[in-house]
Amino acid sequence: MTFTYEHFIALLPIIITGFTAVVVMLGIAWRRDHTIIPTLGVIGLNLALLSCIPALGVGAIDVTPLLRIDGFSCFYMALILIATLACMTLSHAYMEGYPGNREELYLLLLISATGGLVLVAAQNVAGLFIGLELLSVPVYGLVAYSYFNRRSLEAGMKYLVLSAAGSAILLFGMALLYAQSGSLNFADIGMQMDAPASTGLLMEIGLGMLIVGLGFKLSLVPFHLWTPDVYEGSPAPVGAFLATASKVAVFAVLVRVFQTMPMATEDGWLHDAIAFIAIASMLVGNLLALMQSNLKRLLGYSSISHFGYLLVAVASGEGLSMEAVAVYLVTYVFTSLGAFGVITLMSSPSNGQRDADALFEYRGLFWRRPYLTAALTVMMLSLAGIPLTAGFIGKFYVITVGVEAGMWWQTAAIVLGSAIGLFYYLRVMVTLYLTEQGLQRHDAPMNWGQRAGGVMLIAISIATFILGVYPQPLLQLAQLTVF
Amino acid sequence: MLLPWLILIPFIGGLLCFLTEKTGPLVPRWIALFTMLLELVLGLWLWAHGDYSLAPAPGAETAWTAEFQMNWIPRFGISLHFGLDGLSLLMILLTGLLGVLAVTCSWREVQRHVGFFHLNLLWIIGGVVGVFLALDLFLFFFFWEMMLVPMYFLIALWGHSSADGKKSRITAATKFFIFTQASGLIMLVAIVALVLVNYGATGVLTFDYEDLLQLQLDPKLEYLLMLGFFIAFAVKLPVVPLHSWLPDAHAQAPTAGSVDLAGILLKTAAYGLLRFAIPLFPNASAEFAPIAMWLGIIGIFYGAILSFAQTDIKRLVAYSSVSHMGFVLIGIYSGSPQALQGVVVQMIAHGLSAAGLFILCGQLYERMHTRDMRQMGGLWARVPYLPALSLFFASASLGLPGTGNFVGEFLILLGAFPVVPMITVIATFGLVFASVYSLIMIHRAYFGPAKAEGALPGLNARELSMLLLLGVLLVLLGVYPQPVLDTSAASMAGVQQWLGEAFSSLVSAR
Repeated sequence: MTFTYEHFIALLPIIITGFTAVVVMLGIAWRRDHTIIPTLGVIGLNLALLSCIPALGVGAIDVTPLLRIDGFSCFYMALILIATLACMTLSHAYMEGYPGNREELYLLLLISATGGLVLVAAQNVAGLFIGLELLSVPVYGLVAYSYFNRRSLEAGMKYLVLSAAGSAILLFGMALLYAQSGSLNFADIGMQMDAPASTGLLMEIGLGMLIVGLGFKLSLVPFHLWTPDVYEGSPAPVGAFLATASKVAVFAVLVRVFQTMPMATEDGWLHDAIAFIAIASMLVGNLLALMQSNLKRLLGYSSISHFGYLLVAVASGEGLSMEAVAVYLVTYVFTSLGAFGVITLMSSPSNGQRDADALFEYRGLFWRRPYLTAALTVMMLSLAGIPLTAGFIGKFYVITVGVEAGMWWQTAAIVLGSAIGLFYYLRVMVTLYLTEQGLQRHDAPMNWGQRAGGVMLIAISIATFILGVYPQPLLQLAQLTVF
Repeated sequence: MLLPWLILIPFIGGLLCFLTEKTGPLVPRWIALFTMLLELVLGLWLWAHGDYSLAPAPGAETAWTAEFQMNWIPRFGISLHFGLDGLSLLMILLTGLLGVLAVTCSWREVQRHVGFFHLNLLWIIGGVVGVFLALDLFLFFFFWEMMLVPMYFLIALWGHSSADGKKSRITAATKFFIFTQASGLIMLVAIVALVLVNYGATGVLTFDYEDLLQLQLDPKLEYLLMLGFFIAFAVKLPVVPLHSWLPDAHAQAPTAGSVDLAGILLKTAAYGLLRFAIPLFPNASAEFAPIAMWLGIIGIFYGAILSFAQTDIKRLVAYSSVSHMGFVLIGIYSGSPQALQGVVVQMIAHGLSAAGLFILCGQLYERMHTRDMRQMGGLWARVPYLPALSLFFASASLGLPGTGNFVGEFLILLGAFPVVPMITVIATFGLVFASVYSLIMIHRAYFGPAKAEGALPGLNARELSMLLLLGVLLVLLGVYPQPVLDTSAASMAGVQQWLGEAFSSLVSAR
């Protein structure tokens, strides 16, 4: 194929992000500076974000057999870039007191974001694999970045091993799909599935293994065992990246797989298995979070249940499904960024301390830092799906999809899961307002609101509120993802 | 244009209270009081100037005394649609009045974080007014859920944990929240299903009440959707198997919280039944009516018996609410015009009398530092005014003629008798139980040997005027309920037509 100007424009977000990674790497080699390097990264990401607009203008286009840039890709690219930007600003606040080399964190974030961009544009299992590994491998380093902290190192190892296991299963699934269909392209494989002559079972197993592999990254039950440890061990801004950008990218590609391969949404054992995974994720995730007294672990379990809700939306595969996934992911990303943002601002890794993740450290925070607490309160309410916050719009969408598709078991599980979930979200929330105790190991700096991380957090909180009150613009944007 | 302001005023006032917290406790209190008075005055102005013969009724074009509509989320056909008729106006007046009282009764009780307290208090009021005005199902659900959060904070942060530490205020608040939220989500599923059925039938995606009223449903589906709505309202009302959050929430809440909870929040459920559950699903409601009325009977007796058995004075009043709401449920589902009018009077009268009782409990607690009636006894001689006023509100609660409660209960029983004589006869015995638990409360707390010597501080002007105001209104409602009945007549006639048509078609089908 020939590479035209249009292809170049369409590919611009990926190119800019990749180029920024190179610039940042050279910058570090030239001179370590904790102001210039992150600034370079942020400028690059902003340019990439802007370039999504011309890329969208090009329309749906295949760039090499690996990638397809359409409204769907652009929407999720923008979301990943926003999430990465937020993580980067948070990291800057977090790394101020970090004793070791600070600048490589930004490099790893940029490489991983590039992987995420490739992943959401993948239209081919090879593209999927390249994107996924490019996304995951830097994250191993990121998770273990506070290497002097035993938990961080342990989390890095755990994530490495389990992620590799997931990738192996994924590869096996791809091999089976290729063996049966003779193609690596999603759409071709999907067509082969419809063909009457196809031998269904191996195809189904292949697709199933593909979903299992992605399920590892999304920490769906029963592939969720790594989640709480990794969330707890990784530095707070990395946790934010893991919970948002990384999961969004993997989920987006899962959506594309579901949309192009009809077998996943048709009735059959595969469909039942997916329904089971969704219900199990919602219930198990919420139940395990109930008694957590560690905020990061709690968010880890809560993310399991949120991806359970999302799986309901994607499994219906018709009607509002795509739109619902887009809206829910946006609300989830904003909310998670906000929640991790508060943890980040409360923690600083100086003196080799742990992050401020124990719930009792947040006791009575409201009476010291009212606005920071208000932000965390909005995030908890949003995670619980209470009106006036973005989370409610997401939950409303998912329930609508569940009812529309007549998936009553899943809908019942959403209602039940939300009710269970309320318990621990409320527990976190009320802790913030109780009378404070004398012991304070961690606290946000007094002027947190004037720093980059703080400004970002305030912006995210306001966005969460506005999306909850006036969601119409988001709903219009979400229409882009329908293909 | 007035309607959105009715909702916005409490929200803005609450925010102002919070922002002025730093200046000391007095400024937020006055702002809150002023806000609630403004709300009340606006309500009274609407009452004086509105035409309350306009109300929704089956078949006809729906007409409202006042209406406001603005696009909100066109993607789903959701709009900011508010409408006011006699029923909503009366509820808003009650809300405004009890809002004023809630602010005044916490004047001395709440000393910690006064601004934040009033923020929560006023936001509850804002949410409740939203519920009473919303004519879009999404908007209704939005407000329905929104009022939970401030209520949760009110109980969890300013509540009282029981002395033995077994029943903490946070547990009570969480229980309240989870019960209402979970049942609310069931209602959301029903709302969405209703909207999608309408979309399938007409091709128009809309959450608007007036459009959805036109929809004809398959009987089985109608019954299921009706149940979805009913469960949400039954939790809030509360209907007996779903009531267990109520005594805990009441007992642990601060006085202002209890006043709001009993006076207003419970009424949102009855309002929901009258405004949404019955008009949207008349046939299913008619079919379900006997079950609902028997649930009402169970509620009357279960509430009364448990109320009698309590030692905690606030729990006693809380269980008496369960009993009173049983009458409301019977009145609503009997479908007779008198009974429905009685329901309105009963709702207002119960709001006033329960508020009075809870304020009295709060005043007792401020003096005795306990709510345990075993430690009271013989108070009649030790504190002036308070026992006599308690006796008045207790007799109002047992339905003494001359108080609004009598009018309400009498109309309900009178109206229901021709329709369901059996149920009415049984329910009448509930009145006997009501006198038993009301009088035993007076007996345990105020008579008998005194547990301690020495006079307790009497009521000051603020405390006395709150109670006298409630007392006067109760007596007015008892001797001259006509203005209230006139205001709600058209709304109730509409509900009665919906149910009446459904009942007659149900009879002819058999």
